Amino acid sequence: MALGMVLIDVDRCKGCGLCTHICPVSILALSKDTLNVRGYHPVMVTDTEACIGCASCAMICPDVVFTVYRRRRETRSAVARTASAQAGVISG
Amino acid sequence: MSQAVAVPEDMEQVYAYPRSLTQANSHYCPGCVHGIVHRLVAEVIDELGIREKTIGVAPVGCAVLVYNYINTDFVEAAHGRAPAMATGIKRVSPDKIVFTYQGDGDLAAIGTAEIIHAANRGERITTVFINNAIYGMTGGQMAPTTLEGMITTSTPGGRDHLLAGYPMRMSEILAQTAGAVYVAREAALDLAGIRRTKRAIKRAFLAQIHGLGFASVEVLATCPTNWGLDPWAAMQWAKENLGAFYPLDTFKITDEVKALPV
Ligand SMILES: Cc1ncc(C[n+]2csc(CCOP(=O)(O)OP(=O)(O)O)c2C)c(N)n1
Ligand code: SF4
Ligand code: SF4
Repeated sequence: MALGMVLIDVDRCKGCGLCTHICPVSILALSKDTLNVRGYHPVMVTDTEACIGCASCAMICPDVVFTVYRRRRETRSAVARTASAQAGVISG
Repeated sequence: MSQAVAVPEDMEQVYAYPRSLTQANSHYCPGCVHGIVHRLVAEVIDELGIREKTIGVAPVGCAVLVYNYINTDFVEAAHGRAPAMATGIKRVSPDKIVFTYQGDGDLAAIGTAEIIHAANRGERITTVFINNAIYGMTGGQMAPTTLEGMITTSTPGGRDHLLAGYPMRMSEILAQTAGAVYVAREAALDLAGIRRTKRAIKRAFLAQIHGLGFASVEVLATCPTNWGLDPWAAMQWAKENLGAFYPLDTFKITDEVKALPV
């Protein structure tokens, strides 16, 4: 269960790449083999499970492509515990 | 709009499209910082709940079409004259919130007199000043803010002060005026800088809401297209080079502005 989720307004994206550099878990990439309605290679999420809902992408995007959701505080720690147990790591 | 996706029930929205931005797709080049700052202005207008009484004054420059994006009333000024137009609007309708949005060609070249005198008169207006060190719209000519050595279409060998003078630090100049109550420079070039920029813009609007005087925020930005860099590289270049010449600081803040809850 992911901690966060982004919705991408594909046709607003200009493929500038800023969000792909800023994402702390590196799950944003430009889709090399699709074009959006404006002729750009739009951004896509490569691993939806890894999103932490930090909204860094939304903060840097000049074209307001992202809507961001984050798991509520109550369930977040439980999700993090399960995730780290599955991965065999202790997360901070 | 976004694809229809079911949002899990235990997720909350942490970023949503600002109400004070229209749905229009902007004409800006990919990665242009104008888009980021438009969004910040819209978010501030939303947070302050002033959309219905705000009037923007658009510049000449790449942001000439800002009225298509920020969803408040707008007028378009002649090149550089936005502060003069804002002065008139604010004096006739003092209950409105009036802001100018200007580039460095607009504010620091052809409009130098207007901005300095508006600041010095203490006009109760807010100015958002985008410093990308170049004339974007017209094809990348030198602006007064262009760094020494920087190559532009009108300084193909790099800006040389013997021929083209020195880069100008406008915020430091505006801070000298008695009528300015808040003058700050921020950089919308990374996450921390974008957050600080938003805070500064909010402060500059609050200063006007409280009728305190002239308030401006200079924002270090990029012009990837005319700098010939990809948007990310342009941000790194700007942090290193613009940041070195244009210190990020609050050059003037009165006690009354400092006391405002941002
Ligand atoms: C009176 C007048 N002179 C010159 C111009 C040509 N002109 C249009 S935009 C511009 C400079 C804009 O640069 P800047 O304010 O830095 O904005 P940017 O495009 O970089 O965002 C100039 C000189 C004009 N439109 N009107
Ligand atoms: S920052 Fe925005 S416009 Fe640029 S690639 Fe990412 S989603 Fe697209
Ligand atoms: S020319 Fe420069 S300032 Fe103008 S939209 Fe393009 S990147 Fe932005």
